Amino acid sequence: MHEAALSACQLDAESARWLRALVAPGAAREAALARLHELLLPIARREVARRGPRLAITGPELDDLAYQAAADALLAITGKLGQFRGESRFTTWAYKFVIFEVSAKIGRHFWRHPVVPLGAEHWERLPARFGFDPADEAECRDLAAAVRRAVDTELTPRQREVFVAIVVNGVPLDTLVLSLGSSRNAIYKMMFDARRKLRAALVANGYLPDDSARGS
Amino acid sequence: MNGWSALDRFLRTDPQDVGCQQAMEVLHVYAELVAAGEPADERYPGIAAHLNACGPCGEDFEGLLAALRDVAG
Repeated sequence: MHEAALSACQLDAESARWLRALVAPGAAREAALARLHELLLPIARREVARRGPRLAITGPELDDLAYQAAADALLAITGKLGQFRGESRFTTWAYKFVIFEVSAKIGRHFWRHPVVPLGAEHWERLPARFGFDPADEAECRDLAAAVRRAVDTELTPRQREVFVAIVVNGVPLDTLVLSLGSSRNAIYKMMFDARRKLRAALVANGYLPDDSARGS
Repeated sequence: MNGWSALDRFLRTDPQDVGCQQAMEVLHVYAELVAAGEPADERYPGIAAHLNACGPCGEDFEGLLAALRDVAG
């Protein structure tokens, strides 16, 4: 980003200092990059620690993941400096890339070490995902059968594949993104449409309440 | 909440939901507003709808908010 562009932005003083330092020539830029990395690494470590208890990743592997996330976030930030518009503090914008990199690396970890093979279908696990009591076997069977029937009749093959992977088998969405060579936005959109279709089918079959009947 | 209502809540979609791409683009702005105690959900209802429904984006938002709060200490 050039000085003219810098001055055109409505930046707080600290953000402006960061931007100037990161586009400065030579050693000044190197020093700014080192300072930024020092800021990003603790953010990455805290984020992997925050998510750690829910992941089967521990110890040095977790720290390695944090280090890689901070390094890749630094690359992303320097490559996208021109996109920073001063809508937040520069550091908040920079931390966002650390969080995204942690997410991506966790998704990649589960892609390399899949808990459930893609293509498997564990419908028996579905009731527990929605808090059904396993002791109530009739209710669990009813739910699994109703959802499966709706999935088989209402969804396109691609929507079915995505729904079964995420909801039935519990594959993390970011892992499925990598498996299918897609994007988070595209998979979410597919799930959004699948959810809408399935709810309509379950309402039509009397399993879920019909809001339109109540005029709401 | 019983299982059927949990399923119902999961399947409900909000037409205001902007999707992952838009949410990720302004996540830093949204998180800073929330950290400052501002009504971010009123200013960005489509982002709020998305973060309520999308697990991965919601997780990213919680992480960014936690980072801001840790740094503010």
